[in-house]
Amino acid sequence: MHARNKATTVNNPTTGERTSERELVFARTIHGPARLVFEAWAKPELFQRWWAPKSMGMTIPSCEIDVRVGGGYRLLMRHAAFEQPMAFFGRYLELTPNARIVWTNDESPDGPVSTVALEETAGATRVVLRDLYPSKEALDAAIASGSPCGITAETFNQLEELVAALRSNRKC
Amino acid sequence: MVPYTAPRLSASFGALSDPTRRGVLEHLGRADASISELADKFHMTLTGMKKHVGVLELAGLVTTQKVGRVRTCRLHPRGLAEEAAWIEKQRQLWDARFDALNDVVAHLHGKEKADARKK
Repeated sequence: MHARNKATTVNNPTTGERTSERELVFARTIHGPARLVFEAWAKPELFQRWWAPKSMGMTIPSCEIDVRVGGGYRLLMRHAAFEQPMAFFGRYLELTPNARIVWTNDESPDGPVSTVALEETAGATRVVLRDLYPSKEALDAAIASGSPCGITAETFNQLEELVAALRSNRKC
Repeated sequence: MVPYTAPRLSASFGALSDPTRRGVLEHLGRADASISELADKFHMTLTGMKKHVGVLELAGLVTTQKVGRVRTCRLHPRGLAEEAAWIEKQRQLWDARFDALNDVVAHLHGKEKADARKK
């Protein structure tokens, strides 16, 4: 049950596809009950252990998440390819404990609304992540920018302000 | 829609390994063509050309559309390769995230079970 094995990963790949002009969908089955997957998503000290995977050369120097409707999140992510850390922030729009979280991605003016849905079957949880962009043009532009997470110059422009805010109120 | 996964990218390399198929792509780069036109052009049987076009289609390099009895082949719209590569990058990020999430959940689950045994 503990360490994942290679065979499981091979038989249980992460899928990723563009399902419409405006939407991307990524999905994977996680071994464990939905309430624990939800907990790992909703508690900052757990969230930052997986959101910026070490295997991708990423770290989260700071993370504030307040998972409730109307609550916000602010993350700084560091990657070897970027001189400065990248800022990500937004608001939580919907919340159904152990089942569903919806949030905005406000670091880009045309960022998607992300929805994660959890569905538990026989002790495993199907995790489906949907990124719905405001328009076909917004998704095409994110693709054309070539950046890994739809990061734009905007991200860097707002960085200073964000860093100052985080310094004065660092929680995790 | 077909998921953009690594096997699909290697399928396009396989598709490009054949000189006839590279010729077909070059030809379609200039103009759309029916399967029978391509068969004539490359001195092949209709069945042989259908197979080649099938491989190119599977690799996401060519699309075909049947109107009446004629199947027209055209290159996939430009930019599709970039789109596939971008989505693949995103998918790899999510794959790594889900691996790490799986570990966190396994850890929580293990701790929960151990705590239950203590009680």
